[in-house]
Amino acid sequence: MTKRPSAPAVPRKRLTVTDYTLFAGVIVLIFFSIYRVNDVLVYNWNWQRVLSFVVRFDSETGTYSANLLLYGLMTTVRLAFWATVLAAIIGLIVGYWRTCNNLTLRIISRGYVELIRNIPPLVFIFIFFFFISSQIFPALGFDNIDRDNVLVDNVLFRIFFGDVRLFSNFLAGVLCLAMFEAAYIAEIVRAGIQSIGKDQWEAARAIGLSRFNVLRDVILPQAGRKILPPLAGQFITLIKDSSIVSLISIQELTFLATEVASSTTKVFETWILVGGMYFCICFSFAVLFGWLERRARRSLK
Amino acid sequence: MEDQTKEPLVSISGLSKWYEDFNALHDINLTVSMGEKLVICGPSGSGKSTLIRCINQLEAHQKGTIFVDGLEVRPEMKNLESIRRDIGMVFQNFNLFPHKTILENLMLGPIRNRGLSFKDAEALAMQYLEKVQIAEQANKYPAQLSGGQQQRVAIARALCMTPKIMLFDEPTSALDPEMIAGVLDVMVQLADEGMTMICVTHEMGFARKIADRIVFMDEGEIIEIATPEVFFSAPESERAKLFLSQVLGH
Repeated sequence: MTKRPSAPAVPRKRLTVTDYTLFAGVIVLIFFSIYRVNDVLVYNWNWQRVLSFVVRFDSETGTYSANLLLYGLMTTVRLAFWATVLAAIIGLIVGYWRTCNNLTLRIISRGYVELIRNIPPLVFIFIFFFFISSQIFPALGFDNIDRDNVLVDNVLFRIFFGDVRLFSNFLAGVLCLAMFEAAYIAEIVRAGIQSIGKDQWEAARAIGLSRFNVLRDVILPQAGRKILPPLAGQFITLIKDSSIVSLISIQELTFLATEVASSTTKVFETWILVGGMYFCICFSFAVLFGWLERRARRSLK
Repeated sequence: MEDQTKEPLVSISGLSKWYEDFNALHDINLTVSMGEKLVICGPSGSGKSTLIRCINQLEAHQKGTIFVDGLEVRPEMKNLESIRRDIGMVFQNFNLFPHKTILENLMLGPIRNRGLSFKDAEALAMQYLEKVQIAEQANKYPAQLSGGQQQRVAIARALCMTPKIMLFDEPTSALDPEMIAGVLDVMVQLADEGMTMICVTHEMGFARKIADRIVFMDEGEIIEIATPEVFFSAPESERAKLFLSQVLGH
């Protein structure tokens, strides 16, 4: 065998002068804004005051304990978790119905998606809260759950659902948010299912798989890999949208932040802090989905 | 009842199909006996693929009857899965499941439809992969294989259901020329083992070698049915003559 020349070395990518200029520009802009704000705004920054609403120091006992904002953060995480799970389930079903041959299922799913997509979230939330959850939940007995019942009076319940007294309130928030986001997820799921070619259906049907099995084993796994990026975006939107349910007095982060801001009058500190908290939750979600995406890509190579 | 061994496995009578207003199949009558090898040929758009896709109901027909192994196949029937189990199908573009390994591609049908355990399905799958000579690729994904290898995997996937009949829908049309032989070898081997086969193909050499009968179709109709000797040397119809001169003419 004749010896062939080896591949020429690829020059390493380096940051050019343009890149450095851009970075410098951004940094200058940030510092200039901070300087201007400090210069123009006559405002007495007091982070201590707001931070004490995250963790409170009890001077009598000498211990630290969680305070309002941390409770709010926990509620938001719980809310986001359950709403994500529920929205994924509803979205999957409705999204599949959108692709069905059955006309009834198509009408129902289309109606659901269009109705929710085309009214503002605020309106939906008010309608849902006053006409649906406030009528149905009392009838189902969620409003007067026995607080000492073993089922609810344990650590696990408190971790996953929070305070029993607020359970009905919490449930309304979860349902509301899930139903709202499910409409968008359904559209993503529909697009994913439809992106898988007819040949995959035929091949799977030809080896005798039932409709359900074709979906489970062939279509959804492939669609799932394709829709991960838009799905990640939708779930992050869900977390941020969870702040809207503060309007129906769900005591999550935004609701409690409003209270803290008005009682301390430290508006800027409160909202900057709360913004940071939201960023942390959303960004960890983005990282998680980035990891899932890389994994999915690897298995398709 | 003069010949018990030649009982029809597939019998089609008066079959017609329309796509909207287009009459894709017109009054097809055809029987295929157990162990028989049928090659369907004809110009493109003549309804060859549609015909075999009606047999396992990937396409629904509007008129006529299709019996497979004594059971009538109808578009609206509920237990199509149990009939499809007996009908293996190989597609022009392989249609492997890209997210599953070769082995998983083969195991899916036996596990879901035949209710085999994971271990049994794996053993079965390996047995058929060895038969088509790609056992060493078992844990790769379809995209890592050549077209010819993928098509052999597709054949093995269909065989895993231990079908009574195999349908081939232009299995070599999407392959590079140097890949075709390997796939045809597997098909010839299958024919030699006595598998009942219906092949839509343009491989006339293959047809001459394995076919018991050749079905020539044009414009959704069967124009003539003949043994390869007769069909290639003295076709009856003008359309078959024209077709053969075009296929074999260069």
